[in-house]
Amino acid sequence: MSKWVIKGLRTGIKTTQYPRKMETASGVSPGLPTAAKGTEKEVQELVFNCPTGAIERSGNQLTVDYNYCIHCFRCKRGSQSPMGWDYGYEWAANTKDSGANRGLGSAFNRSINIRFVDGGACGACISEIEQLNKPYYNMHRLGFFATPTPREADVLLVAGPVTDHMRLPLKKAYDAMPTPKLVMAVGACALSGGIFGPSFMSDAGVSELIPVDVAVPGCPPPPLAIIHGLLLAVKRKSSALLTSSEVRG
Amino acid sequence: MVQSLNKATEWLNLSEISANRWPGKIKVRCKQDRFICHMECDKSIVADVCNWLFSELDYSFASLVVEDLASEQLLTYIFYGGFGNGLICVSYRISNSTTTVPSISNLIHAVDWHEREIEDLFGLVFEGHPRLGDFVLHEEWPEGINPMRADFDPSNPYIHREVDPDWRPLRIVQSPGAFMMPIGPVYSDFAESAHFLLETVGEDVIRIIPRFFYKYRGIEKIAEGNAVEHVILLAERFSGTSAFAHSLALCKAVENISGIEVPPRAKALRIVLAELERLRHHIGAIAGICSSTAFAVATSQASILEEELLRLSGVLTGHRYLFGLNILSGLSIDLADDAIGMLAKNLRGLMVELNKLKKLLYFSSSFLDRLEEVGAVSLEDAVSHGLVGPVARASGLLRDIRKVLPYSGYEKLDFTVPGEEEGDGYARLRVLFAEAEQSVNIINQVASSLPPGSVNAKSFRIAPGEALGWVEAPRGASFHWIRVGEDGRVLRYRLTTPSFSNWHGFHLAAENFAFQDFPIIMATFGLSNAESDR
Repeated sequence: MSKWVIKGLRTGIKTTQYPRKMETASGVSPGLPTAAKGTEKEVQELVFNCPTGAIERSGNQLTVDYNYCIHCFRCKRGSQSPMGWDYGYEWAANTKDSGANRGLGSAFNRSINIRFVDGGACGACISEIEQLNKPYYNMHRLGFFATPTPREADVLLVAGPVTDHMRLPLKKAYDAMPTPKLVMAVGACALSGGIFGPSFMSDAGVSELIPVDVAVPGCPPPPLAIIHGLLLAVKRKSSALLTSSEVRG
Repeated sequence: MVQSLNKATEWLNLSEISANRWPGKIKVRCKQDRFICHMECDKSIVADVCNWLFSELDYSFASLVVEDLASEQLLTYIFYGGFGNGLICVSYRISNSTTTVPSISNLIHAVDWHEREIEDLFGLVFEGHPRLGDFVLHEEWPEGINPMRADFDPSNPYIHREVDPDWRPLRIVQSPGAFMMPIGPVYSDFAESAHFLLETVGEDVIRIIPRFFYKYRGIEKIAEGNAVEHVILLAERFSGTSAFAHSLALCKAVENISGIEVPPRAKALRIVLAELERLRHHIGAIAGICSSTAFAVATSQASILEEELLRLSGVLTGHRYLFGLNILSGLSIDLADDAIGMLAKNLRGLMVELNKLKKLLYFSSSFLDRLEEVGAVSLEDAVSHGLVGPVARASGLLRDIRKVLPYSGYEKLDFTVPGEEEGDGYARLRVLFAEAEQSVNIINQVASSLPPGSVNAKSFRIAPGEALGWVEAPRGASFHWIRVGEDGRVLRYRLTTPSFSNWHGFHLAAENFAFQDFPIIMATFGLSNAESDR
């Protein structure tokens, strides 16, 4: 057993400095497209190629709705795209329903319990959420803990479009949570149904069933974006925007 | 099994043998060059033909595809591997009004879940099957509404029926003191949605009744009527942890139909990325096994390697889970030479760490106590239940799609298929480590001699037709059947995934073990419900 102790000590600290400092390592985020201006032909092509309708146009100006972006990269790759690209990860945002669940007061600032419900997620979102419990992101240092029961959960983390068969379990888990409580939707599917919903078997996201307070876009959102969402839930970080409509310099 | 895998392939004269055996009832078309054989037979002999392939010629069952065509229904049983290798499609046609068909799951147990699924989704009753009924669609779905039928409208949510409040799941164990322990669908820290009913009389789990398809998103149905490019997005996103493998299988099927030539560089890079995904998956699975035994230090060590691979994937391709890479005719991006160099350098460092971890784990007796002789699956069971991937190989069933149906240039590579005999949790862990090592070996071989050129074709046309795409996904053999219509839209898309095949055999491992072994056995199987439920 002593070998393991030595191994652990030798490994040193791997955990990110975020939120104290921004994470600068590469490969922590796939990025998101941002608003852009282009020629008539480019604009037309980009709107046409976007499979989920996340890119919209007004004149020659393009805006991006992050509720729908599924990281297909079709607006980025291919011929000379004018699309901007945001390589950050602070993407979590309050939604129009924020406050519907009587959000958490300042007593929760330093510690919250999280219950995760899989509403038909593909596995990538779940894998990214799992990373929060692992050395590189380690959410415990921030006072965030996963709990096996909704009865002691403050935040409900939901990924996936909410499939037909998961509607009842999700509603039950939500109802079992004591107030005050928050719902956080993780990933494009949970925000808008993504590529799956709405259909005969999937909803168009979690907000169809229960009010969502914090939305984390991405397909999947990187762990740092989910941490940003949790920090936003306890008001230790400020909200980003769910649409990109201003062309950055 | 071991022998048939490595034996030089010998294409049997299938048409002659089968014509003599069932005169006038079977038509056989063999494509000599591509090792695909179509057998069109009479409904009355389909069970015999399938049994002949499975029991006598040592073929494995791949998939059962039902197509609801305009004037008739077409059922195709697909087999692969075995003596002579290649693929065999056994098909028969029935009229649209036919509702009963023969069941073959009493002969080939691997077909069991396929028949149950099709009964639910198409309303076809398999005569003689002992357990049809709520499977994919749960009890709140009205009987007689079959979503895979051509006339079903998938765009709107369906109105559910009231469930009888006295409804209880089926119980099998009837003895004094027996009780049922439900697990799921919301359980554990970050587990996927699935439900297990464990029947027990105390400490040991006697029966396991899994209830899956909580995550059924109807991928096969919502793919219908869409352009192939859109369906690639579905193939990529229905199981995010094996996105590259599944999108590759679909692309290969469509490329096959349309005769699209994939440039050599794209073929080589597809292998690199597929193996990178396998490596990441296996290390994630190892972390899962360590975590299931509550071995925190080892979990952390494996997780560090997993995250490093995720970041490496992000740097190389822009996406941590390799989304958006496979397109028809190749890849959407090229990897520069220095990126390949960086990959090779990183993998060298990673292998050193992985070997250290392996050594430490193999000499930690408290950890091994939880794995050894736990959750054993015999070779016989693995064959009869049609298990695939690392789970099957840990039981001695060494069938690897990369060897038996080589694709994308695997036939030119020098690698071994690691196998074990015991079939227990420890054997599965050893297979994961050995396969991870082979993946790095494959990446190094390909990266050292990458052909130059472009990674996709500038123009091509999608032709109508049908084809099967296959791939050895990280969790095992995966088959994508696709039929493309005249307008380039998908008419039928059938997905057979390794998680679906292996969950079917999961109860073999977990029954007759204690409660506390259950999460460990589950972790050593390393399956995904998203991949299984589709």
